[in-house]
Amino acid sequence: MTFTTVGVVGVGNIGCGVVVDLLLHGIHAVGVDVSAAELDRARRELLKAVRFAPLLQKGAPRLTPEQAMARVTLTTDLEAVAGCQFIVENIPEDWSLKEPLYHRLDEIAPAGVYFGANTSCIPIGRIAAATHRPDRVVGMHFMNPVYLKPTVEVIRGAATSEATLVAVQELFGQLKKQAIVVGDKPGFVSNRISHLFMNEAASVLEDGLATAAQIDAIFKQCFGHKMGPLETADLIGLDTVVRSLDVLYDAFQDPKFRCCPLLRQMVAEGKCGVKSGRGFYHYPCA
Amino acid sequence: MSSSSPTEVKAAIRQFINESINIEALGDDDNLFESGIVNSLFAVQLTTFVEARFGIEVGMDDLDIENFKSINATAGFVARKTAGP
Repeated sequence: MTFTTVGVVGVGNIGCGVVVDLLLHGIHAVGVDVSAAELDRARRELLKAVRFAPLLQKGAPRLTPEQAMARVTLTTDLEAVAGCQFIVENIPEDWSLKEPLYHRLDEIAPAGVYFGANTSCIPIGRIAAATHRPDRVVGMHFMNPVYLKPTVEVIRGAATSEATLVAVQELFGQLKKQAIVVGDKPGFVSNRISHLFMNEAASVLEDGLATAAQIDAIFKQCFGHKMGPLETADLIGLDTVVRSLDVLYDAFQDPKFRCCPLLRQMVAEGKCGVKSGRGFYHYPCA
Repeated sequence: MSSSSPTEVKAAIRQFINESINIEALGDDDNLFESGIVNSLFAVQLTTFVEARFGIEVGMDDLDIENFKSINATAGFVARKTAGP
């Protein structure tokens, strides 16, 4: 199967990244969000990402804004995804939003369409059960920035069919991506582990043991990671990190997932990381 | 800003990098990206800064990491763009 049109529901940070990746690979993206303001923000972000793509990735196409926008439809009308062959959902990590959305998508999309849940922590089985096509629901945990990350954590729910995994592989073939297929429990592999790192790094900072730059330098210079936990949290968005920790805490009822007070305080103060210009670091030109 | 001297240009670039990543010792030719001092996304911030600070437009063909890989490379790029045709 060749994918020509893919729906992206929720074009915030990561959803916008999925749109960019699709259009850089010649696939038309139908991006949906709840307000014109969100769509405006997404339009600005995706044009910026398309512009800088050749700087960050050798071989990325050099597209003019007009060429890029010709490959994208941005709308607040969810029914616009009715003609898509695959739908990737990226709305906030909140079940009271996700459940009604999947009910609606199930009504709108033809029965053969696959749903990729780009969820951080909510189990795929729970999402699949909100539809009449649980075999066609799969977890697709894209990393940020999507078009620069060659590998995706793919989550196979109990009901996810082999055919759905084949369809994901075909889509990834077009996007030049690899999948690592893992099982279905809250947080899966990546977030269940990475959020412990990010949460504890914030706690270490709060305790005054080291500066943010020192904490990240330990990960980069001692462990050889590309990014430290605090700059990663800034990139993801601290509000998203807090929501994911809350989901993990609720799911496992294990105090190790209890969100560090500093993280909650920073979010309350509007310091949400790169996207807000301030987080553990300053982003003067964000 | 096109009248800035090469020394001023370099100082402004160095100041921006220092304010952004708080690094103690950065040589003029140190490769920001290969050394792991910053991740590649910093190139976007640096490019945006260069445009705003020196009033130049970074065109589609200028978007090459070679132009922004170090203080000297960035200063050289600014000099070329402000030298006129």
